[in-house]
Amino acid sequence: MYFILLLTVLVTAIVLVAAAYVIAKLIGPRSYNKVKGEPFECGIPTRGSSWLPMSVGYYLFAILFLMFDVETVFLYPWAVVVKEFGAMALLSIGFFLLVLVFGLAYAWRKGALEWK
Amino acid sequence: MFDFSIVTTWFDSLLRETLGLGDFLSILIECVLVGVFILAAYAMLAIVLIFMERKVCAYFQCRLGPMRVGPWGVFQVFADVLKMLQKEIFFVDKADKLLYLVAPFLVLIASVGTFSFMPWNKGAGILDFNVGIFLLTAISSIGVVGVFLAGWGSNNKYSVVSAMRGAVQMISYEMSLCLCLITAVVLTGTMQISGIVEAQSGPFGWLVFQGHIPAIIAFIVFLVAGNAEANRGPFDLPEAESELTAGYHTEYSGMGFGFFYLAEYLNMFVIAGVATTVFLGGWMPIHIGVAGVDSFMDCIPGIVWFLGKAFLLVWVLLWIRWSFPRLRIDQILKLEWKYLMPLSLINLVLMTVIVALGWYIK
Repeated sequence: MYFILLLTVLVTAIVLVAAAYVIAKLIGPRSYNKVKGEPFECGIPTRGSSWLPMSVGYYLFAILFLMFDVETVFLYPWAVVVKEFGAMALLSIGFFLLVLVFGLAYAWRKGALEWK
Repeated sequence: MFDFSIVTTWFDSLLRETLGLGDFLSILIECVLVGVFILAAYAMLAIVLIFMERKVCAYFQCRLGPMRVGPWGVFQVFADVLKMLQKEIFFVDKADKLLYLVAPFLVLIASVGTFSFMPWNKGAGILDFNVGIFLLTAISSIGVVGVFLAGWGSNNKYSVVSAMRGAVQMISYEMSLCLCLITAVVLTGTMQISGIVEAQSGPFGWLVFQGHIPAIIAFIVFLVAGNAEANRGPFDLPEAESELTAGYHTEYSGMGFGFFYLAEYLNMFVIAGVATTVFLGGWMPIHIGVAGVDSFMDCIPGIVWFLGKAFLLVWVLLWIRWSFPRLRIDQILKLEWKYLMPLSLINLVLMTVIVALGWYIK
């Protein structure tokens, strides 16, 4: 039953966007000229492709995110049972959190958290 | 408290027994009704939120805001939607057409998906999985893909820069968002949305009272990170209008732009709603342990409590947005990785210690 509901939500979102697009296509005006098809750049013609190499800083943070996010995902199932296990839960997750903190400390020390 | 599941079970039995419809047909009718409800609530809230933002921002700047269309300008948003519907949807010649077209769908799926988790009243949550909070964060991260594809697919230099900024900001702040939710889950012991709300009953049962110091820290960090996740307030770098015209939706016209705009406001509401659910007890009224006061509080319907608390938080988010100047990209990343993330990690350990020692209010 739950997955039917999830599917319903998904379909609702898609229908909302698709319906608005169809209505806009039906009642909106249609015209084309060369200038209209150019990307907006404050009136200056764009030189070259827009898909340029970006500053490496963005990718560095993306890699850091990948590491830490996977580790936080592992914390969810543990968080549910903390109340049952009490102090044992803290001990058992302690090592894992230590690795997580070490990872952050290492990235910090290496200067990965500085914007370049 | 009024239990809304009475209505849903009554309707289910009405379809199955009184009208004698089969399994497939009754489920189909129910699903269509759920879809219509989501759309109605989504559109209504969007209208209220956009109007609220305009008026609140106007009053913060000593202006009146929209006043022309209808009394106090209440029909301004309707007029805007009508205008946007009539606009042509066109493509940039060199754009990646597929990504350009798919992006609003992804953003709306993330927005509507997370919106459906809201516990409106007792028994009135639409999506109520036993892995609720986890699934909510999973669905919300689809939004990053939408924003990134919109910027990248537009083939506009402003949009590409904005897409990179948006992606790095949203994925970074997802970390402390998750950690704050985990902090809350440690105390409630369940990830199910209705279970989390139920866990906050009893005198001073709201999580910010129950978990005192660590819960309050988590609540504040959640609001800050949520604000950044919704690309709002001082964190609206991806659409910094003075540097990037409109950021990732520069090249979108009409409803394409409209959906990004809609999703932004609804994401703000979702952040406020999740903060309400997890930290302020959702639809749960405040109980102080005095019988007379408690039963009076119970008379106020759950949906009023939920919307009241959520809109209070929305107002706080608007307040923050119109009070602080925009941050720079390095400042944003520094705030997350050097302050919020270590803080929420320490906070998580603190919360675990408090739960293990039983120092929370039972």
